[in-house]
Amino acid sequence: MQQFETEILVIGGGSTGCGVARDAAMRGFHTLLIDKGDLSYGTTGRYHGLLHSGGRYVIKDSQSARECIAENRILRRISPDAIEDTSGFFVVTPADDPAYSDKFYRGCLDCGIPVAEITLREMLQREPRLNPAISRAFEVPDGAIDSFKAVSALVRSARQHGAEVWLYYRLVNLHLSQGSLQGATVENLRSGEKIYISCDFVINAAGAWCGQVAAMAKCPVTIAMGKGTMIAMNHRLVNTVINRCKLPDDGDILVPIRTVSVIGTTDYRVPDPDHYPIERWEIELLMKEGEHLVPGFKQSRALRAWAGVRPLYQTEPTLTDTRDITRSYVLLDHETRDGVRNFLTITSGKFTTYRLMAQVTVDKMCQKLKIERPCTTHLEALPDSEDHHYYHVSHRLGEFEAAAQDDALICECEFVTATKLETAIHRLRTTNLDDLRRSLRLAMGPCQGGFCIFRAAARTHESLGFDVSRTNQALVQFLEERWKGVHPILWGDQLKQARLDDWIYQNVFNVSALPQDEGSPSSAERANQSLAEWMPVEIS
Amino acid sequence: MEDIRFTLDHCVKCNICTSMCPVSRVTPLFPGPKYAGPQAQRLRYGPSTDRSVDFCSGCGICSQVCPHGVKIAEINAKARHTMYQECGIPLRNQIIARPDVLGRLASPAAPVINLAMRLPGVRRAMEAILHIHHAAPMPSFSFETFPAWFRNRRQQIPSLRNPSSNHGTTSGATTPDETVVYYHGCATHFYEPRIGKAAIKVLERNGYQVIVPEQGCCGLPLMSNGNFEAARQVVRFNVARLLPYARQGLPIVATSSSCSLMLKREVREILDMQDDDTALVSAHLYDICEFLLIRLAMGQLDIAFQPIPLRVPYHAPCQLRGHGFGKPALELLQLIPELETIEMSAACCGTAGTYGYKQEKYSIAMAVGEELFSAIHSTNPHLSACDSETCRWQIVHGTGLPSVHPIELLAAAYQ
Repeated sequence: MQQFETEILVIGGGSTGCGVARDAAMRGFHTLLIDKGDLSYGTTGRYHGLLHSGGRYVIKDSQSARECIAENRILRRISPDAIEDTSGFFVVTPADDPAYSDKFYRGCLDCGIPVAEITLREMLQREPRLNPAISRAFEVPDGAIDSFKAVSALVRSARQHGAEVWLYYRLVNLHLSQGSLQGATVENLRSGEKIYISCDFVINAAGAWCGQVAAMAKCPVTIAMGKGTMIAMNHRLVNTVINRCKLPDDGDILVPIRTVSVIGTTDYRVPDPDHYPIERWEIELLMKEGEHLVPGFKQSRALRAWAGVRPLYQTEPTLTDTRDITRSYVLLDHETRDGVRNFLTITSGKFTTYRLMAQVTVDKMCQKLKIERPCTTHLEALPDSEDHHYYHVSHRLGEFEAAAQDDALICECEFVTATKLETAIHRLRTTNLDDLRRSLRLAMGPCQGGFCIFRAAARTHESLGFDVSRTNQALVQFLEERWKGVHPILWGDQLKQARLDDWIYQNVFNVSALPQDEGSPSSAERANQSLAEWMPVEIS
Repeated sequence: MEDIRFTLDHCVKCNICTSMCPVSRVTPLFPGPKYAGPQAQRLRYGPSTDRSVDFCSGCGICSQVCPHGVKIAEINAKARHTMYQECGIPLRNQIIARPDVLGRLASPAAPVINLAMRLPGVRRAMEAILHIHHAAPMPSFSFETFPAWFRNRRQQIPSLRNPSSNHGTTSGATTPDETVVYYHGCATHFYEPRIGKAAIKVLERNGYQVIVPEQGCCGLPLMSNGNFEAARQVVRFNVARLLPYARQGLPIVATSSSCSLMLKREVREILDMQDDDTALVSAHLYDICEFLLIRLAMGQLDIAFQPIPLRVPYHAPCQLRGHGFGKPALELLQLIPELETIEMSAACCGTAGTYGYKQEKYSIAMAVGEELFSAIHSTNPHLSACDSETCRWQIVHGTGLPSVHPIELLAAAYQ
């Protein structure tokens, strides 16, 4: 078996793991990060994109609120290229308890969150689609952060500081001997090759999977998984983050992120981080709640629905409602807890506080290794953020126009050019179109790949020279994954789109009969199965 | 009514609009309606970043052909407005957007100015200074304006005097039910009074008393040149003048299918003027051929037309097709014995109002119109017909042949 040596092994390529890898690398540790999938494959890539001001937690979880506002300020400094400075409103709709708003306002002041009540006239001027029956509105420094972009920048920074990042490497086992981890066996999922990694320290940042990782070191960690379902609406119904001014609840936030607006979320406990189907009631509830914020919401076009699972560390096994578990981060020192000297688990928390989570984790590690190296992650801007400019939704349009449109648009909805796609194909060396999606927003627009993904598949085939059946397989896999997200919201405009996409792929390309590796059910069979589960939801 | 831009949600990216766009077909400078409309709109917020939308001519074919109801041309018009708000409206756009002001200034000296405009250096100088293309088909000013003719005529023919009205009216009508209001627009006012004369003749022949109220430019040129505020002002002016008649339930007829589309729909969809007064005026407004066709269906049109032994190529302007009432002129012209009207299949003449006047767009407009020009030539190298003034001027320019409004043929057939 091939051997590899590193000082620090980080498990998990989400925001927390990548934050830890960057922090450790910046402090001079030789660091290796592995993930069984792509960057942001888990919860990081499945959230609505809110950069918290902390306002949502001022009443129920003031510690979280304070962490959020502090990190919000830091991320605006170090990661503006991934952030849109949208600002945020907390609004009191007729469905909300008006008494909460005064408590909310005082809570913001107590937690140090800048808050100002704005006139309803100003609110409607800035966000004309908001419900005119809203009775109060408060402004806080919420923002929108693109988790794919932010994590990709974290990894580039970590690499610049000497870290290695291996994607599609699965942790097979952790080797525990006399109270300390000696190393790990990992498997390259693309080649099947196994590698032994010897390391001095292991940091478990596997999110929803961190209980499984900890178990390999014989450390029992119970993670409650709170599934959150979200719906991306076809365009930005609002350009400001809109929160309901009430205790956090299902469907109470609308986040404008890149070209869409996301209504979220539900919070529903699930047993398995790999299987958590979207329930019909969740979709109905989100569409209904959206109507309180934006009249006509139900008639607006939904693009797709997806879910992620919040990994919530459960200290009190009696709590059954995942909303009651703290959103603050949890750092588990497995030495004091389980007698494993060089192993930490960092879990829970939120995207907004990933940097802080990384800092306290690496601080703890330094303390245990008796090395004094201060954290500098809050001082250095991430790649592409050096100019301190926030991202703006019109960026790609302006960029394409400035280039006098002499590039071909592969994904027309999200303005992904041929040049961008080719660069990404060569950088990632992948036929996995979903990796390209996360990297470029390819196929994330209204047609959900209908018009671009065959073009992208052809480009990967031509550029990398992989054989036809492999390309076909990548195409079909991608379509299945995309269609899964469309099925829960199959009505209205998106139903028409799905029919057109279906005609393109089934009738023009005959995609279910493309030559592929044997043994897997055809895409048509699988698509029909999921269609049967999802009769169109009645939206009145 | 919701903001028209939200119709972007209905786009399934089928490309029908792009395949029908006459502009993107002839130039790479305009990336096409799907791109500029529903596609770019998802990325628009705050400062404008796309300048290519300026090359949309605003013909509106995209919105007409969209099977899902995306108001593409209207989305583009709003995006252009945002762009101009930011980078300023060029002086050229400010000038060509005000045909009424130009007419008021130039008509009294029409013979001199028309002559001057034909001098070789003048148009070149205008191109150099104002970026108005030297070859663009600018119309000639008429010395006698249409309202002046209308007033004089009333004074000369005693039977037409009607002391009960503030403005010009003609009689011939027997009951107030048979009164119509005529919205002639700037082109008839200052450049082509002959069209107004023909309209009056046809309406009077059918027993209508015609009221010609004081009126201004419809606002379309201001709107399409990015000056929404000024456009709203002139619309409000017109609405105030037309409202009393609309309140009486009188039909308002217009001979320019562009002006009438502006007042019927675009004020609402593009300028967001959704007040009740504007809506009431819109509801009473008819294109003149649409109005006459309705009369025909009710058996109230005099169809004693004299034969006109001609073969006439007819172009239905994009703006007329935008009304969504078919091509009423075609049906009316069929009533004239021996007149053979051939409908042109080419989509657009290219000029789209003032688009073709602009230095940087003239050659695009001519390339768009080429199909129509050659089709007209091969149909009848003597005469063509078309309902909209700027289209007629472009057709005259592109074919070298005269072009008339269908109402002129109807008037001629009433001899």
